Amino acid sequence: MGENGAGKTTLAKQLNGLLKPTLGRVTVDGDDTTKKSVAQLSRKVGIVFQNPDHLLFSETVREEVGFALKNFGFEPGVVVKQVERTLEALDLAHYSDTSPFLLSGGERKRVALAAVLAWEPDYLILDEPTIGQDYQQKERLRNFILQLNSQGKAVVMVTHDVEFVAECNPKVVLMSKGQIVAQGQADEVLSDDGLIEKASLVKPQMAKLFSQLSGFGFPRDVVDVHRAKMLLGEKLSEVRVRVAQSS
Amino acid sequence: MAGTQGEVIAAHGLGFQYAGSTSKALEDVNIVIRQGEFLLLTGPSGCGKTTLCRCLNGLIPNFHPGEMSGDLFIDRVSVAAETTSELSRKVGYVFQNPENQLFALTVEKDVAFGPENLGLTREEIRDRVDWAMDAAGTVALRDLAPYELSGGQQQRVALAGVLAMKPSVIVLDEPTSFLDPRTAEEVMAAVDTLRRENRITVIVVEHRLDLVGRYAERIVVMDHGRIVADGKVEDVLDSEFDRLSGLGIGLPKVSVLWSLLKRDGLVSERLPTHVESAAKMLSERLRN
Repeated sequence: MGENGAGKTTLAKQLNGLLKPTLGRVTVDGDDTTKKSVAQLSRKVGIVFQNPDHLLFSETVREEVGFALKNFGFEPGVVVKQVERTLEALDLAHYSDTSPFLLSGGERKRVALAAVLAWEPDYLILDEPTIGQDYQQKERLRNFILQLNSQGKAVVMVTHDVEFVAECNPKVVLMSKGQIVAQGQADEVLSDDGLIEKASLVKPQMAKLFSQLSGFGFPRDVVDVHRAKMLLGEKLSEVRVRVAQSS
Repeated sequence: MAGTQGEVIAAHGLGFQYAGSTSKALEDVNIVIRQGEFLLLTGPSGCGKTTLCRCLNGLIPNFHPGEMSGDLFIDRVSVAAETTSELSRKVGYVFQNPENQLFALTVEKDVAFGPENLGLTREEIRDRVDWAMDAAGTVALRDLAPYELSGGQQQRVALAGVLAMKPSVIVLDEPTSFLDPRTAEEVMAAVDTLRRENRITVIVVEHRLDLVGRYAERIVVMDHGRIVADGKVEDVLDSEFDRLSGLGIGLPKVSVLWSLLKRDGLVSERLPTHVESAAKMLSERLRN
């Protein structure tokens, strides 16, 4: 996370060798990215760009999602299976024969994601995946990311969506002016006024709420609704008991 | 049937079906929007928000073929009687993807393109460009090429280009999606200031109610091509909370929290839409 122009996308592009370092070293599974081609690296590291139109070009959604698989030399049978599985998982199966360019912005975004997920890269880089997605689709996306993560895949997400991050509570790396300025668990980072200021973010609503309730002995690092509800629920019940006893 | 004074947009029984589609994208839409209103248009993906906005500046039916029914008036003139170029002077549109509307070699030229095509004087064009670039916070980008800019910067340039046309209505389709949260708040605040100072009508299409909720006076919720809720933000969130969450609309987190507490009988007040009002009500209860 970080302000516009902080260098997030530039860093992301270093991870599959689209950009190579002019200073320092980037390694993927121990291999220096300057010694490998983008084709070799992208087998392991899949990047889904911010703008799906930079990635889509095929005539049908099915072809789009199968393109990389064919290029990587998978057997035709495997290609068909993988494409079907991925389209199913992202709720795109009914668009198999549709042109990606006839779909809405949010749907094109999911096709772009499917086109990368299809070859099951070990590391997945998502640049602003929640743009144009409504709340239900964000929930799907969140579950999907958590599922990939639990299968042992590393997921790197570039995002401005503080509420989405608050609900996932991942490790957060904050960037500003081309440098990493902080890292830590989302609930710590997103409730820290100094860091929020530095990275041009705003606090999630729950963090704002709890900093305004700081006089009542709540922890400071509350960022998601369910924890907020639990903490407030306890306190409010206590108050209610006290009021009942005193009357 | 022309609308009364102050009505800038009036739709009566508006419907639209895209050519080749089997279902209606808009069905029996009835709405009146007044000069100077700040309206938040929301609803699940595919509910017809963007289709409705496209009708407002004549992109529908002139550029997206299909069948339109009902009546739509902009500034008390039926859109059927106007060309897209006339309509685009009245209704400015900032698209979801700013790359779709930037094309000149410098930001300044891009912002000047609209006014130049209105046949204005050199001085007037210069004044408008300076004003619009300043209002959208893009002065520092003047000599850069749009394609060199970050997504967030492009979004501001697109806004400046629309402002330079001095439209009476601005439609912003997810205007802050590429912006960092601080910049997003700045842009929304700038749009609100412009609206107050120039009595521009602002229509924002947005999934994130927490961002726009504080500026918008009115919320219009669509589902399956129809308007399913229309009213003050606080009223609609309070009375239609369950329905809106059922539609998958991203409600402000404080409102979600409040509804959970209310369900357990721990609070009784109306759903807050801002952190400040929730904090105030909770502080009062906790102080007891």
